[in-house]
Amino acid sequence: MTNATQTDATEAPQFYLEEEHHPEGSTMLGFWIYLMSDCLIFAVLFATHGVLGRNYAAGPSPADLFDLPLVAINTAMLLFSSITYGFAMLQMERNAKMETIFWLGVTAVFGLAFLGLELYEFYHLIHEGAGPTRSAFLSSFFTLVGTHGLHVTFGIIWIVTMMVQVKMHGLIPENRRRLMCLSMFWHFLDVIWIGVFSFVYLIGVIG
Amino acid sequence: MSSQPHSLAHEDAHEAHHGHSHGHEAGHGSLRSYMVGFALSVVLTAIPFALVMSGALDSKMATAVVVMGLGAIQIVVHMIFFLHMNPRSEGGWTMMALIFTLIIVGIALAGSLWVMHHLNVNMMPMTHEMMKNMP
Repeated sequence: MTNATQTDATEAPQFYLEEEHHPEGSTMLGFWIYLMSDCLIFAVLFATHGVLGRNYAAGPSPADLFDLPLVAINTAMLLFSSITYGFAMLQMERNAKMETIFWLGVTAVFGLAFLGLELYEFYHLIHEGAGPTRSAFLSSFFTLVGTHGLHVTFGIIWIVTMMVQVKMHGLIPENRRRLMCLSMFWHFLDVIWIGVFSFVYLIGVIG
Repeated sequence: MSSQPHSLAHEDAHEAHHGHSHGHEAGHGSLRSYMVGFALSVVLTAIPFALVMSGALDSKMATAVVVMGLGAIQIVVHMIFFLHMNPRSEGGWTMMALIFTLIIVGIALAGSLWVMHHLNVNMMPMTHEMMKNMP
C-alpha cells in the first residue's frame, strides 16, 4: 500500500508535464491575436482616411475618380476567392489532397484577378495625375487600399506555398494547421475589404 | 435484425463526428454554412452598390447610413460563416480578443473623427487667395 502511494508521488510530475502540452489549439489563438493586431493597423488607416478623406486640395474627389462597376467586380473577385477557400477547407476535411490543391489554385487565381484590377486602378489614377502625392485624400486612400493589397499579395504567396507544401507532403497535421491559419488570414482580408468598399468607395462617392 | 448493425454503425459515425467536432474547436463550416454565408454576402454587397450607383435614395445621409449598416452586418456574417467565430472556440479567448479589439478600434475611429472634426470646425477660415499661396 505504501509502495503504491510512493510510486504515485513519483509519477505525479510526469503527469503534470503531459498536461502542459498544448496541441494545435494555441496556434490558432495566437494567429487570431495576430489578426486582431492587424485589425488595429487597419483601424488606424481607416481613421486616417476618415479624417483626411475630404481634403481634396482643390483636386479630384472620389466621385470624379472612382469607377464603381470596377470596384464591384473587384469585390466579387474577393468574395468568390473566399468561398473557394471554403471549398478547399471542406476538401481538406475529406482528406482529398488533389481537390484541396485545386481549390487553393482557384482561390489564388481570384486573388490575382483582384490584385490585377487594383493595380490597374492605381495605374489609371496615377496616370490621370491623381497619385498619392496629389492630396491628403489620395495619400490616405493609397495607404489604406495599398496596405490591403499588400496583404492580399502575401496571402497569394502563402497560398502558392501551401499548394507546393500539400503537393510535396500531403495533408499532414502541420499542413492542416497552416491551412487553417491561412483560412483565417484570407477571410480576414475579405472582412477588411468590406470596410474598404463601404467606407472608402461607396461613402466617398456619395460625398 | 438487419436494422441493429445499421443503427449501431450510425451511432458510431455520429459519435466519431461528435468527437471530431470537439477536437477542432476552431471549427470548420459545412458546405451549407459556407453557401449560406456566401449568399448573404452577395446580397449584402449588391444592395449598397445598387443603392449608390442608382441613387435610389434621395438623402445622402440615409444612403450612407444604409451602406455602413449593411457593411457592419456583412462583417458579422463573415465572422460567423467564414471565420467560424463563436463564444466557445479556444475557451472563449478568441471572442475576448475580438471584443477587446473592437473596443480599441471604436475608440481609435470615433476619437480621431471627433477630435479632428472639432479641430476643422475651429480652424481659421481660409480664403481662396490664401489657399493659392499655400506651399
